[in-house]
Amino acid sequence: MAPRLKLFLPLILFVAMAAFLFRGLSLDPQALPSALIDRPLPEFSLPVLGQEQLIQRSDLVGEVALLNVWATWCVSCRVEHPYLVQIAGDGVPIYGLNYKDDDAAAARWLAQLGDPYRANIADREGSLGLDLGVYGAPETYLLDAAGVVRYRHVGVVDERVWQTILQPLYLELTGKSSGG
Amino acid sequence: MKMNVLVRVTLLCLLLLSGTARAVIETYEFSDPELEQRYRQLSTELRCPKCQNQNIADSNAPISQDLRKLLYQQLEAGANDEEILDYMVARYGEFVRYRPRFSGATAALWLAPVLLLLVGITAAVLTLRSRRGQRGGAATLNGDDEQRLQDLLGKTEKNS
Repeated sequence: MAPRLKLFLPLILFVAMAAFLFRGLSLDPQALPSALIDRPLPEFSLPVLGQEQLIQRSDLVGEVALLNVWATWCVSCRVEHPYLVQIAGDGVPIYGLNYKDDDAAAARWLAQLGDPYRANIADREGSLGLDLGVYGAPETYLLDAAGVVRYRHVGVVDERVWQTILQPLYLELTGKSSGG
Repeated sequence: MKMNVLVRVTLLCLLLLSGTARAVIETYEFSDPELEQRYRQLSTELRCPKCQNQNIADSNAPISQDLRKLLYQQLEAGANDEEILDYMVARYGEFVRYRPRFSGATAALWLAPVLLLLVGITAAVLTLRSRRGQRGGAATLNGDDEQRLQDLLGKTEKNS
């Protein structure tokens, strides 16, 4: 019986390998777990976009909100922008982190495409981006009322992402069961 | 002769051009050669979060440029390797290190090579043993052959 089993060894190995590789097909290798999940948003003190006035961490904390990392040089940000305007219109508080961008270009962008943001942090050097572990725009962080990062989405926020991932979490955190 | 000079000048120009082409990645002036050594070491050990299969020394992605700049600043500020790696891991996760710390999540990564080596050695030892066993079994001679062997051995002993 034992030599018989040995004959099947290559087949067993093949099936095991195929199972692993098949699983790999549906994994996104670009998705990195954020080191910041369930940790408080880092402290910062940066200018408000286009102004001298400073904005701090405490200005963002107090309610469940989105923090959206964007820039005018980021093509995908233009793609997601209309949807952000739409959900901001539904009453979702969104703060912007204008990441390594030119203030004038960013102001033009908001004037042209609409401004979904409660306030925009001008992170010209990318220092807050670094503390957040941002490695490319757009990225969107979900903050709870205590200012703890609950979720991070890398890439475009569109209807599908909002309805399947972000909105359920958002509603759970705000304590509303349905409706925004 | 004139042509020769022209060729030489052209070659020289090409040589100079190749120098600038290679210097795309910025260079930093270190106050201490030991810091530069550590900068090289750490920048090859840190992974670019955006491009994933490159270290930050090889990658020209904006995030890698930022991380190199940060690395330079921290080295000049006198941070030790452990502090710098902790700083990076706190922001980008254990993923950012090509040599992640040993923990529950990375145990499989660290132990798999050792385990596979042990499995391989065990398999090799078992295979060799069973083969030797077979050969040992086949090596028993019947009476006639044994007699011939002894005769032959006796002959060679006499000759030598």
